[in-house]
Amino acid sequence: MFSRRKTVLACIAAIGAAYLSAQAIAQEKSIVVASTTSTQDSGLFEYLLPIFQQKTGIAVKVIAQGTGQALDTGRRGDADVVFVHAKSAEEKFLAEGQGVKRNPVMYNDFVLIGPKNDPAGIKGRDVAAALKTIKEKQAPFVSRGDRSGTHIAELALWNKDAGIDIDQQKGPWYKSIGQGMGAALNMASASNAYVLSDRGTWLSFKNKGDLQILVEGDKRLFNQYGVILVNPEKHPAVKKELGQEFIDWLLSPEGQKAIANYKINGEQLFYPNADDPNA
Amino acid sequence: MNDFVTAFATAFDLIGRLDPQLRDIVLLSIEVSLTASVCAFLIGAPMGTALAVYRFPGRSALIVIVNALLGLPPVVVGLVVYLLLSRSGPLGSFGILFTPSAMVIAQCLLALPIVMALVHRTTAGLWATYGDLLLNDGANRFRSIWSLMNIGREGMLTAFLAAFGRAIAEVGAIIIVGGNIQGYTRTMTTAIALETSKGDLPLALGLGIVLIVLSMAVSGVSLFFGRGLGDRK
Repeated sequence: MFSRRKTVLACIAAIGAAYLSAQAIAQEKSIVVASTTSTQDSGLFEYLLPIFQQKTGIAVKVIAQGTGQALDTGRRGDADVVFVHAKSAEEKFLAEGQGVKRNPVMYNDFVLIGPKNDPAGIKGRDVAAALKTIKEKQAPFVSRGDRSGTHIAELALWNKDAGIDIDQQKGPWYKSIGQGMGAALNMASASNAYVLSDRGTWLSFKNKGDLQILVEGDKRLFNQYGVILVNPEKHPAVKKELGQEFIDWLLSPEGQKAIANYKINGEQLFYPNADDPNA
Repeated sequence: MNDFVTAFATAFDLIGRLDPQLRDIVLLSIEVSLTASVCAFLIGAPMGTALAVYRFPGRSALIVIVNALLGLPPVVVGLVVYLLLSRSGPLGSFGILFTPSAMVIAQCLLALPIVMALVHRTTAGLWATYGDLLLNDGANRFRSIWSLMNIGREGMLTAFLAAFGRAIAEVGAIIIVGGNIQGYTRTMTTAIALETSKGDLPLALGLGIVLIVLSMAVSGVSLFFGRGLGDRK
């Protein structure tokens, strides 16, 4: 009777092992891309990657993290390509010799979101004035607090543009949650707080509740994405040919067109600009 | 209230039309968690029984440690396995970070203390009752391990189910070591976390309902097998 149970267990283990190894073989031509939550949560990768895979046969495995964490994954050699949005952090990554070259890919913009009734009265103002008002009125504000590209952009808006040393001057109204864009939007939606979001995640976000865009179109809200091949000289396991093929495709007219074609409800989410050397 | 109605409708819809993406996610969840809990059981059950059978210095401390590890936070296990398997870590050359294998390892480590603690609890009682008998019968302690597991097989089943339950329900470890890669390392729990972050709460809850149904099915099947074993004592 016990041999039967052992047989069952052995079968289960064998099936599991066979499945896992079969999967490993099936996905051999693949690369790992460490990217940001915005590119995944907005649905961009779900749209782009099948097009790329059909053309090249390369499966792209995306790990969606914040920009800071994605760059750290690259630093450890655990990703072949990083696709992020914080120019200052990307340049630091290159200066450390961790990346081969930074290529601008596309941009969109950040938007300042808040409750419809806008208790602090920031609607339509420029972003610096809006943040100052939020701080004066101590209106609830949700911050990513996770070293993501959006968090880095938010800190720069507070510190540089609004002239507020937010680290020193924040109060209980400023909630640093250390989570992704979606979690921050969920929290803002549940607590009627203000929050800075990238436009792509906002458009595809489904739990908007009473939230709406209050400040947009300010040129300080520009959001540039870059793609970098992790340096194979530092991390020999990096698949440089396959990774470079992915980068080349993103920058090619075909890849750029595919990015421009991605829309939600007719609205374009990302604007290709690989041809802009200053981006 | 409306959210819950939508969630149930979503769950039925997902199951009803056998959504292919959902099917892959469900299969991966089961295969990873089942492999992990079987591994944890094969390693942990003999060790837990040995803890009941053998007397050695440090045994009590070991039992305390094993029981304390019942509260092992998945995110810590995930982080440790991540650092070990990372290309910059000691086991990086295997290149299994962000693969299902890494997820199996993490879940196996999480389930191991549960198996050991529960099996030890069952077999310690049995050892008190049958220990002298087994030893007088001429079996040495090593052979007694097998006999004791045999006698306490219903407790073994409980330990296995608890291990599987821990594995299939956790998200903290596998999201770190697996990376939640679509079509490759995305499981039920990481998909729920993702849909929550996309603000699609009804879909997230719908997936949660599917997961619970799944868990019930697995324990139902296991208990059915287990009862069969018990009947033929």
